[in-house]
Order: sequence, then structure tokens, then C-alpha cells
Amino acid sequence: MTATHDVVLVGGGAAGLRAAIEIAEARPELSVAIVSKVYPMRSHTVSAEGGAAGVIAMGDTLDEHCLDTIAGGDWLSDQDAVEYFIGEAPKELVRLEHWGCPWSRQTDGHIAVRSFGGMKKMRTWFAADKTGFHLLHTLFQTSLKYPTITRYDEWFVTRLLIDDDQRVCGVVAFQLATGRIETIEAKAVVLATGGCGRVFPFTTNANISTGDGMALAYRALAPLKDMEFVQYHPTGLPFTGILITEAARAEGGWMLNKDGYRYLQDYDLGTPSPTPVLKSMELGPRDRLSQAFVHEVERGRTIDTPYGPVVHLDLRHLGAEVIDAKLPFVRELCLKYENIDPVTELIPVRPVVHYMMGGVSTDINGATPLRGLFAAGETACVSINGANRLGSNSLPECLVFGARAGRAAAEFAASTRPPDGSTNTQAEDERRRLERLRSRTDGRDRIADIRQQIQQAMEDGAGIYRDHETLAKSADTLGDLAERAATARIDDHSDTFNTELVAALELQNMLDLSQAIIASALQRTESRGAHQRTDFPARDDEQFLAHSLAWREPDSTCRIDYQPVTITRWPPGERLYGR
Amino acid sequence: MADTITLLVTRYRPDTEAEPTVAEYEVPLRKDWAVLDGLNHVKDQLDGTLSYRWSCRMGICGSCGMTVNGEPRLSCATFLTEFAPGPVRVEPLANFPIVRDLVVDIDDFLRKLPTVKPWIVRHVDWVEDGEYLQTPDEQSAYQQYSMCINCMLCYSACPVYGVDPDFLGPAAIALAQRYNLDSRDHGAADRLDVLVHPEGVWGCTFVGECTRACPKGVDPAGAIQRYKLTAAMRSVRALLLPWGAR
Repeated sequence: MTATHDVVLVGGGAAGLRAAIEIAEARPELSVAIVSKVYPMRSHTVSAEGGAAGVIAMGDTLDEHCLDTIAGGDWLSDQDAVEYFIGEAPKELVRLEHWGCPWSRQTDGHIAVRSFGGMKKMRTWFAADKTGFHLLHTLFQTSLKYPTITRYDEWFVTRLLIDDDQRVCGVVAFQLATGRIETIEAKAVVLATGGCGRVFPFTTNANISTGDGMALAYRALAPLKDMEFVQYHPTGLPFTGILITEAARAEGGWMLNKDGYRYLQDYDLGTPSPTPVLKSMELGPRDRLSQAFVHEVERGRTIDTPYGPVVHLDLRHLGAEVIDAKLPFVRELCLKYENIDPVTELIPVRPVVHYMMGGVSTDINGATPLRGLFAAGETACVSINGANRLGSNSLPECLVFGARAGRAAAEFAASTRPPDGSTNTQAEDERRRLERLRSRTDGRDRIADIRQQIQQAMEDGAGIYRDHETLAKSADTLGDLAERAATARIDDHSDTFNTELVAALELQNMLDLSQAIIASALQRTESRGAHQRTDFPARDDEQFLAHSLAWREPDSTCRIDYQPVTITRWPPGERLYGR
Repeated sequence: MADTITLLVTRYRPDTEAEPTVAEYEVPLRKDWAVLDGLNHVKDQLDGTLSYRWSCRMGICGSCGMTVNGEPRLSCATFLTEFAPGPVRVEPLANFPIVRDLVVDIDDFLRKLPTVKPWIVRHVDWVEDGEYLQTPDEQSAYQQYSMCINCMLCYSACPVYGVDPDFLGPAAIALAQRYNLDSRDHGAADRLDVLVHPEGVWGCTFVGECTRACPKGVDPAGAIQRYKLTAAMRSVRALLLPWGAR
């Protein structure tokens, strides 16, 4: 069976929904489909806590937000994209306000902003500490008013269809509830499936963040950009990996080691002050804070727990009133999952994989090198985030580039011919592959075992600090695991809500992306932002002021080449915090 | 404390099985394990065929609602130790058709939700004019209703929805009120018909189970009672002032 739409959006989080609404408003004659493996309001956007950056306050300027973003990204951001992003972000946030997003307010009714890490001015809009939740539900509920948006809730996309002219013209997907496999034809496809934090063992990312869109593009021979840049957020709860928002530090929280000492002062991040100072100490960028943690472990100044070493986040001096008004979710999560009340107790935290700076390589329109294929949000790498994203830039990125990719996809769809059925054979091949997988009875390893070993290899090889030896070892391990994954065991042969089949397909996605991350990290023999090589500790602008591009070769190996970074007004400089 | 606990999990494939059955699984009992961790242990180590939904495992995505020892709960925010020494009964949410095992069909809610127009209604809207002002007090008028995560625990707990599937239901009504009470919205009149319909607020017999079941402190029962008052006032006013003057 075949369905046809003008534009198919894969993923229903902030970027996908924003793209859908943009198309529905700008081009009501076009038919838009959102295909998502979960109901859109379950998407991982829901877990974002701290806020969304957009210049609005008196005394703040677009240029300052640009420079903070570029320096935060260790000069790997494309500056034309950053300038566009920062100019659009406030407009997008106001648009969300008009759609009903309950942004926190000042007493006079104006939008309130808070501090955030690496930002020189207060410019982070927030909805208490459930910003992503409110943003997602606002977008989802608003999307319900457009009759041209069709949803495929709980449909899993397994392949992009590409015709002889190298043009993307639809997807193959199956419906979880029934197992029905269908071709969904489209003149343009937008990937917006979020990140792939699940390739690591300890992550803030939801179970669904398996990088499906990145893997679909990669297998269709679109390049992945800057995949070696993996963000560790400095404050995750041990065991669960639940995020404790950076807003906890923005409101005045302290990072303490086992001696109760604010250790960040030892890592060129400034001097301690009782109240928060912008771009200093606890309000430094995430990469530097996570790296400081590793050194504290080496110095024996962390606290040992059954889940590894931790430090403490201290909010006690903020008092119950501030915590309940500004950080209610932090208190709720600590009470529920750690049995700790941050009003009176220290919160144990450790760095946790949080965000992929890299993703499907796109231009400023969200267009990939494959015609008809677009990407936005964490799935994409435009790149505005460079080597390290600043907190509160990702939600507005989803909005700004979701809208722009949606617009670009709609324009492409309106000016191109409809698919001519020339990919029917590909679709048939894919259907047979899925049916074979579902009925496989001679599999060997458990999916969960292979997944766990992939995650271990990634933590061993591509952690906060890397070197050639550990990366190369992980590359070998992943090669072995790829062979074993090809014959993984499937016990569930049912058509009905077969989550083991989904897990098997996600496993393949995670493997492909793991290999791309490791290959990209091996080749970048310098240290920049979140990519720290102990064997090459310095930044090397001569060789590596460049984006890596990871291409899939016919033999499934990964080839890396580079493309230059776009510099407009901010030449590479030193990253300065706390001074 | 024993080091394991027994899960009694409903298994059911309506396409091939006449009746649900109960499978027994022994899982580690650890103090920081939620019911969901127990199910993941089953899925990963013991039986790959068990189907259930989950995602964020921090109580915000709303995927993992199940009936745990008879109560509708989020399985990621319900800890095994609460039920020690066990066993723990894990069943699908009540009042919904079962798709398979612990997965229920919630499409009925997704069909009803758009009928209450859960979006800001304004006849003129210029983003270029900047933000609409809204004081913290104005915001608090609707704030709690905006906290709904659509987890469906309230529908599962609602005795009216159990016998009358056409009832609009607690979350949809709470979300209608979330917009009705928002100072930026002009759509209350557009939402009136569906809310005052016999399957709208008047369907509710005010049992209050929805509010007790809500894991996020939303008070759907309060939203419904409050709207009944609004609707009644409108009827009285329409009777006294039949030519308008609203």
C-alpha cells in the first residue's frame, strides 16, 4: 500500500512540529505528514528543562549572543548560520508565546529571562524548569488546528527511498500497532528525530533517542558532520542519568567536591563569589565543567558511590522559596529518584551524555546534499553549535531551523515533480528485509547484550577525554559487534506492537552512528570543545578549523573528509571564562 | 529485604489469543529500581517478547502508564520497594482497548482532544507586535491545567469513562479550561458547545478519581466542577437576558 504527501516529516518533537506548522501556515495547499515512532507529545523535547535563549532584555545585543555562541563552540560554528539563528530566535520565542507557551513572567507581565552557562547576559527564556515540556505541548496542541497535517503516530521509518536522479522521494515505514509496512511517497522529506545519546551507557536521553534520522541519512549516503563532538552535561543524577538543569546553577547553585570546596576555581573558570557571576565558575560552559570533573576524580577529590564517582550540587543556600518557584522539577526529581530534598541536602551529580553537536550535514536552509532531503534540530548539524553547544541554544535551534527547513522543503516540494514510482523495487526490497528480520529464528546474541557492549565501547573510546589507542580499540570492538548484530536473536515474530523488532532496527542505527563517531574522533588529531584528545591536547586551527564529514562507504566503513568553517566577523580567539 | 521480587505481568495478543494470561517474572529488588526497571530487566534478560511503552523514565513524557497493584501509575515513577516483598501485579491501563500486553489504544483521546480546541484562539494575531503581557497572577489562573502530560491515568481511573466511552474525559476538559482561563485566549465561546454537551462536563458525576490519579498535580475534577458553574451561569444569564448583553 502506498500513501502520498507533499512533505513527510520524520519525527514529531519541537523541530518536526515547528516545520509542520510552518508548512501548514505558509503553504496550505500542501499535504504534510508527521511520521513518528511515538505520539508527538512523548518526544524527547519534553525532557528539556532550563530554557531557550533569545535576546530580549535591555542592554543585551544580538552580537553578544553571537560571540558567546561562537566562543562556546570553540570557533567551529558557521558564523553566517549563527547570525541568522540569533536574529530569528527572539521572534520564534514570541511566536511560541502567542501560541500559548506559559513562559515565566516578571511581575509587570513581561517575559522573564535567567542566566545560563557561557552566556554573558541574561537571555534565557524559561517556563519554570519544564521549558521543553511546555514548548512541546504548545506546539503539539497548536498543530492540531491545521487540517493539512496528517499524523502517523507510532510508525517507524526504516528507509529513505531515492530515485535514479539521487532525489529523495519518500520513506518506508511500519505501523507499530499492526506491523503494516507501507511506502509513504513525498516530494520532500525532513528528518527531525533528535539525537543519539542512547549509544552511550549513561545519558540524559530518552529511550527513543537512538539517532534514527541520522542513520537513515547516513545509509542513504548523505554525510554526517562533526560527529566527534558529544556533549557531556556536568550534572546528571547517578544511576538514572536524569538531568539536573543548568538553571540550578544559574539560580545560584554551587559545585562542591568531597571537601565541600568549589573546585571549579582550580580550572581557569574564575574565582568563587557567593552569588552567580555570568560566564564564570558554575556558569562556565558544559565542556569545561565536565572536563574539570575528570581531573577531580584523578586528584581523588570526588565521592565514591555504587554508580561511580560523584561531586555535589549544593542548592541549600537558595532556600525553599526560590527552589519551589524556579526549580520545582529539580526538587520533584531529587525527591522521587534520589530520595533527597535539595532544600536541605546535597545533590550527587556526575557528567552525563546529553547532546550531539554533530548530525546530518545541512546548509543554512536545512538542506542536505541529497536533493529533497532536509534535516533540523539535534538530528541536523547546520552548524551553529560548533564543538560545544551552550545551554538553552538547542530549543530555539529546533524552532528557528525547524521553521526554515520546513519552508525550504515546502518550496522544493512545490517546484518539483511527483515521485514516479521508480523506487518501487527499493520499497519492495525493504519490505522483504523487514519481513525476514521479523521472522528470523536462527539469531544468536540478545539485542540487549550487543547494545550494552556498544555503549561500553563508546564510553571507553569516546568519553570526555580520548586518545588514539582507546579510540582504535573501540573501532575494533564495534566492527566485531556489527557482525554479531547482523545475526542478533529475535524472539518476537508478531505483527502486533513488536518492540523487539523496533529494538533490532534501532540497534543497527546505533551501530552505524557509533562507528561514525569513533571514526570522526580518530581523525581529528587536535582538542577542541567537547573533543579532547590527550595525545593532541592543543587546538590546531591550521589543520582543523574545519567540519568533519563522515561518509558511508559501500563496504560499510566510514570515510572522513573536511569542509571549511564559515567565519564572518569573529576570527578564532581564546575562550575566556571567569575573567 | 529480599533480593528479588516477583512481577505478575499481563500478557495478551488479541489477534491470536482469546484471553489475557499472567506471566510470572523474578526480577532484582533494588532500592532505586522503578517498576519500569523491572520490566526492562525482563525485556533485556528474560523475555524479549514483552511489549510496553516507555521513553523518558523521568515522569514527564507520559508513555509508561500502567495499572500497578490495581492503581493507575507511571511505571517509571513507581518503585518496586513500595510493594516488597511482592508480588507486584502489572496490568495495562483500565478502560482502554488492549493492543498487546501492557500497550493500550489511546487514539480515542487523540480524537477528542482537537474537539476542545486546545490552542490559543485569537481573531487577529501579529507576532510583530511582540509578547502579550501576562502577570504571574494571570498565569496562575491556568498554570496547573497546563501541567497535563497526557499519560491517561485519569481516564483509566474515571468510572464514568469506564462505562461511557463517549465521555469527553478529564484531561481533555482540563486542557479546554487551560485555554479558557488563559488571559491571552478569546476562544471560550468556541469551546462551549463541546463542553456543555451531555458527554462534556455534565457527564462527570464528580467522583474525583481523576484528580487522585494525576501524577502531576493537575486537578481535572476541579476544572470540571468549575466549568459546570460557568456553564450554569451562562444558561441563567441567557434566560434572563435573551437578547445578549453577555
